[in-house]
Amino acid sequence: MRARVFVTLKPSVFDPQGRTIAEALHSLGYKNVEDVRQGKYFELDLATTEAATARALAAEVADKVLANPVIESYRIEVE
Amino acid sequence: MRFGVVVFPGSNCDEDAYHAARDVFGQDAEYLWHKDTDLKSADVLILPGGFAHGDYLRTGAMARFSPIMGPVRAFAERGGPVLGICNGFQILLEAGLLPGAMLRNRGLKYRCEHVHLRVEQTDTPFTRSARAGQVLRIPIGHGEGNYFAPAEMLKTIEANRQVVLRYTDPNGALNDEWNPNGSVNAIAAVCNERRNVVGMMPHPERACEPLLGGVDGRIIFESVLKAMTSGGSTGPALQLAGQ
Repeated sequence: MRARVFVTLKPSVFDPQGRTIAEALHSLGYKNVEDVRQGKYFELDLATTEAATARALAAEVADKVLANPVIESYRIEVE
Repeated sequence: MRFGVVVFPGSNCDEDAYHAARDVFGQDAEYLWHKDTDLKSADVLILPGGFAHGDYLRTGAMARFSPIMGPVRAFAERGGPVLGICNGFQILLEAGLLPGAMLRNRGLKYRCEHVHLRVEQTDTPFTRSARAGQVLRIPIGHGEGNYFAPAEMLKTIEANRQVVLRYTDPNGALNDEWNPNGSVNAIAAVCNERRNVVGMMPHPERACEPLLGGVDGRIIFESVLKAMTSGGSTGPALQLAGQ
């Protein structure tokens, strides 16, 4: 199965890259883009056919390695 | 006294730290390769600056899993003095040996310049020769030195007096214009609760000789020499924690 892990800074943490991108978009005329948050995206190919197992494994590596819980949170999709 | 300088693939201030320990202060020094697990009887450990493992994923995130980090953690837990400089600080944060995390600098620029630091705490092995309130002029060089801790953690760190250095103006006054990276509460260095592990973004090893434009970094090394060799005025000498 494949797990997709999306890691982003927590809402309470200032994201200077996202802010800079938002300002660039505003200067290009995209006034309706109110805010941008930048994050990281991981695709994990997992040797399992069980969705629950895949999700648990992805969560474990996200907790341990892919995200820093002090500043980041993550979301997982499996297929 | 023997300094152990941990070398990761991508470390680039290891030779500077080694040079300061051996040539400026006349101490023994050993490089400790990240794949080794032998601390070579070091009395004090330095995790130097650089870009360990390319800083892939996050700064310090990969280095935390290097084999040497097991013995480094055990050394720290025995009370041995550990100093993380710049990338070394980032590694100690990722390893959970110090509280908090690093974000990209406010302004997104890599900052390479001298900064002014106010000494907040002198009861750590790396600041005990300094005076509280003393202002040090030491260089920084980093893109991710924007120290962050969530509100509750920050409260605890401040209450425990774990903020060791803060960015200030040349007179030691807090001023956001003199905070080079946006660190919360202008934090430039923190210690653990036990106070034997210190992480700092500025580079004291680059400020130990007049030729390099300043000698204010010497006090960090002089402090740990004093801490390890005498009782000093702020408490008993640290237990020698070598293997």
